[in-house]
Amino acid sequence: MPKDSGIGASSKRREDVRFLTGAGNYTDDINVHGQAYVHFLRSDIAHGRIKSIDTSAAEGMPGVVKVFTGKDFEGVGGIPCGWEVTDKHGAPMQEPAHPILAQGKVRHVGDPIAAVVADSLEQARDAAEAIDVDIEELPAVMNMKAAAQDGSTLVHDDLKNNICYDWQLGEADDAKVNEVFANAAHVTTLDLVNNRLVANPMEPRVAVAEYSRGTEDYTLYTTSQNPHVIRLLMCAFVLGLPEHKVRVVAPDVGGGFGTKIFHYAEEAFCTFAAKACNRPVKWSASRSEAFMSDAHGRDHVSTIELALDADSNFVGLRTNTYANLGAYLSTFSSSVPTWLHGTLMAGNYKTPVIQVNVKAMFTNTVPVDAYRGAGRPEATYQLERVVDKAARELGVDPIVLRRQNFVTEFPYDTPVALTYDTGDYNGTMDKLESAADLAGFAARRSASEANGKLRGLGINCYIEACGIAPSNIVGMLGARAGLYDAATVRVNATGSISVMVGAHSHGQGHETAFPQVVADMIGIDESMIEIVHGDTSKIPFGMGTYGSRSLAVCGSAMVKATEKVIDKAKKIAAHLLEASEADIELKDGQFSVAGTDKSVAWGDVTLTAYVPHNYPLEVEPGLEETAFYDPANFTFPAGAYACEVEVDPDTGQVTIEKFTAADDFGNIVNPMIVDGQVHGGIGQGIGQALLENCAYDENGQLLSASFMDYAMPRADDVPFYSVDHSSQTPCTHNPLGVKGCGEAGAIGSPPAVVNAVLDALNSGGKAIDHIDMPVSPSRVWAAMNG
Amino acid sequence: MYNFEFEKPSTIADAVAALGVEDAQALGGGQTLIPTLKQRLAAPSSLVSLSGIAELQGVCIEDDGSVAIGGATTHATVAHEAASSYPALAALAGQIGDPAVRNRGTIGGSIANNDPAACYPAGALGSGATIVTDKRQIGADDFFQGMFTTALEEGEIITSVRFPVPLAASYQKFLQPASRFALVGVYLARFSDGVRVAVTGASEDGVFRWSEAEQALTKEFRPDALMDLQINPMNMIGDLHGSKAYRAHLVGVMTKRAVEATL
Repeated sequence: MPKDSGIGASSKRREDVRFLTGAGNYTDDINVHGQAYVHFLRSDIAHGRIKSIDTSAAEGMPGVVKVFTGKDFEGVGGIPCGWEVTDKHGAPMQEPAHPILAQGKVRHVGDPIAAVVADSLEQARDAAEAIDVDIEELPAVMNMKAAAQDGSTLVHDDLKNNICYDWQLGEADDAKVNEVFANAAHVTTLDLVNNRLVANPMEPRVAVAEYSRGTEDYTLYTTSQNPHVIRLLMCAFVLGLPEHKVRVVAPDVGGGFGTKIFHYAEEAFCTFAAKACNRPVKWSASRSEAFMSDAHGRDHVSTIELALDADSNFVGLRTNTYANLGAYLSTFSSSVPTWLHGTLMAGNYKTPVIQVNVKAMFTNTVPVDAYRGAGRPEATYQLERVVDKAARELGVDPIVLRRQNFVTEFPYDTPVALTYDTGDYNGTMDKLESAADLAGFAARRSASEANGKLRGLGINCYIEACGIAPSNIVGMLGARAGLYDAATVRVNATGSISVMVGAHSHGQGHETAFPQVVADMIGIDESMIEIVHGDTSKIPFGMGTYGSRSLAVCGSAMVKATEKVIDKAKKIAAHLLEASEADIELKDGQFSVAGTDKSVAWGDVTLTAYVPHNYPLEVEPGLEETAFYDPANFTFPAGAYACEVEVDPDTGQVTIEKFTAADDFGNIVNPMIVDGQVHGGIGQGIGQALLENCAYDENGQLLSASFMDYAMPRADDVPFYSVDHSSQTPCTHNPLGVKGCGEAGAIGSPPAVVNAVLDALNSGGKAIDHIDMPVSPSRVWAAMNG
Repeated sequence: MYNFEFEKPSTIADAVAALGVEDAQALGGGQTLIPTLKQRLAAPSSLVSLSGIAELQGVCIEDDGSVAIGGATTHATVAHEAASSYPALAALAGQIGDPAVRNRGTIGGSIANNDPAACYPAGALGSGATIVTDKRQIGADDFFQGMFTTALEEGEIITSVRFPVPLAASYQKFLQPASRFALVGVYLARFSDGVRVAVTGASEDGVFRWSEAEQALTKEFRPDALMDLQINPMNMIGDLHGSKAYRAHLVGVMTKRAVEATL
């Protein structure tokens, strides 16, 4: 029987009432008395030297408060990078300056050159048009392989080349890897591109900053997934402000998908300008600005080689990847192609020898950073495409080949630095085979063929590493931040509870799911518990939400804090019941003495904590506890996906007819929310596989700069999904046994879709090895007629 | 957007007068013009809305059986009100954009703008419609003069578009995946004296008639009649969403499907 409350119940998302009735409070809804408006003058040239900027005409225009250029920020720090990657020779990555407003050069279309603060937005825009900028255009560095060659034009003149780092993971002995490939019975090689994406959350980025001359306090309202991280980076590395004088608030946030993790120049600018102008300042990105200033995602060009022995066992894997970082290092950009990508190359398989090589490149494009999955989709796509190609080349069933090579014993140490604590890949594949009715595929294919369509079945497995931790290990790997989280459980006198969490909810449903956990632990109704998040003045120092970490990391902190609360409450209950603390049991909101009918209710104990008349002298009054939680390891969600497509051979149009996901997320708190997270993730993965393509021309002009040319998935592009998460191997090292579910769909679906398209085309007699994403009708048609 | 004056006349004569002001611009449903203004890519002195003029609204059947649509009639209205009198045209209108676009965008606005990927130019050219303005009547063959170019003069207003109703017709649109404009759209109309085939989305010269297909289908109205025909890819649009060769290929596929749909 499904539960109707607590852990395991599909409680309706309480936050949706305000979101769906227009009562949400987003950053753009926040207006501060007397605010001025910012407009950024952005470069329409991809690469150029700034010869002069004349702002004098703009400064005299109606309503203009102040005009800023790079000169105003010469004494101010740049935007920092949060992860220092060490290259394969032991040298630190090349780390160029990332100024708030361009200094000396512009390096991508959208690079901010100047900013106008004015009484109205239209006045700011008028004045920006009157700024005279003289830029000497330079050749745009666009092609990563060409950019890596000696003599290439430099994106950053003070760096020795355009390579941020040349990184390696796994087997360092090239001779050993060469030997594995030389002795292999079969080698499958694949060149592929992981297409550049724009996250496009429904809410564009916004920043509102105010400064009090009286108290010297700053408040920044911003569209962020992690307000404490923004405050730390901005105060310590950019503006040099005392953290205790700065409050950062991320109110309701309309989707992040990674792109709102990062500290952006615009929010630092607004904070700086609020003091410089002695006026609150507000900036709201237009959608056009979002396309050219939000960090983009993916953009890898890879060659992957898989070596198999005569029995089709995987014996070696080697990858060579060029990863585009764009013009500057965004906050976590350096970690994505390395520790979030190379470490995942083992996938679900026991391949004994793996070597991962990554060159990360500077180019004249928008910075690239984490986007839903962050490195893990890039790894999964390469691996699962090459496995699929190997199966076709060898004439082996792709499921049989995968099963034969699955890791089956846990814990399992991979050759690429991870230890999988638990999993059951065969069990999850069993669930998939039954949920997807694979036995009925042949009949469905015949029916499609009778309609003149080609039908294909694509299989994919994935593993992801979530809840990146522990802090001491990631610190050794170059992280400049800890990756714990924190929660404060504040019990009110009447028994209701406010839980202040470091995680941030911007679509994940924390306000519903987190209370289910606390309610279950105490045995009270979920409605008595409220989650507080997104305001550094209210919550403990947590690291925010990304990497499918919130429940596994912050939820664990919340469990620990709740345990402390319960322990203390038991002391009070023992005093009230005149019993020994060891004999006190808590069930259904009642403290009772084991083996007796003596009990006292939760609300009576909480009231006693705040009205401590009849109270144990050795116990402090009040009932509020904080816990920080630093996980012992990553969590490892895994799954198996099946996609069925139809291809119209006349037009190359691909339609998704059936999509089945079998995921192992460990224990599940709210199955409905998990379903929704998987649906959304698959939708984004289908977007990447079939539709989305952020494209530049050779001069660095953004061709897909609006929704007229950047194809987001719409409801009729995706099928009704079948999602099964009944395969459950609980995480072994966090108290909830949860693994995280937010990114799985986006990681697992792109290869499933592409594998399905290739299966369809090959079933129609076309020997096609690969089509790069997005697998658009024109690309399918070109491959069929190439 | 830049500042401008706004006029909403209730008669054609007042609209014509208002458009006489230098740099005045007629506003239909604004589905192209308003985004252009928001991006500061146009700076009209005055916007003259045509949506308040009653005689520019609605669908009616003329004495000769043709369907006349007022210039300021929205796509949603055409989809609904022309459904029985000219079903293929109503279906075209019902597939433009999304409900918000269809309830703002107008036939006159679409035809006057002559976007190379818009649907209505194909419907008008394929039907051999007559574009009626405040000054004259212009045959569709003379009206569409290349990408974003028409026979309209400065300040001239489309008052209605008159469509002769064919024996059968079909519009086949292959969607550009992002904008959902036509990557290639083919409007085919079969009259007692011949077949007309108009193609949108494909050519760098905007909407055009595929005369070889018209001749072949007039001779023999069946899908196979197109078998040996190919459009020259040279003048096709090649971009992010499809090469010249792909668009040329799609013209053939969509035309064949239009024939099949009318059989």
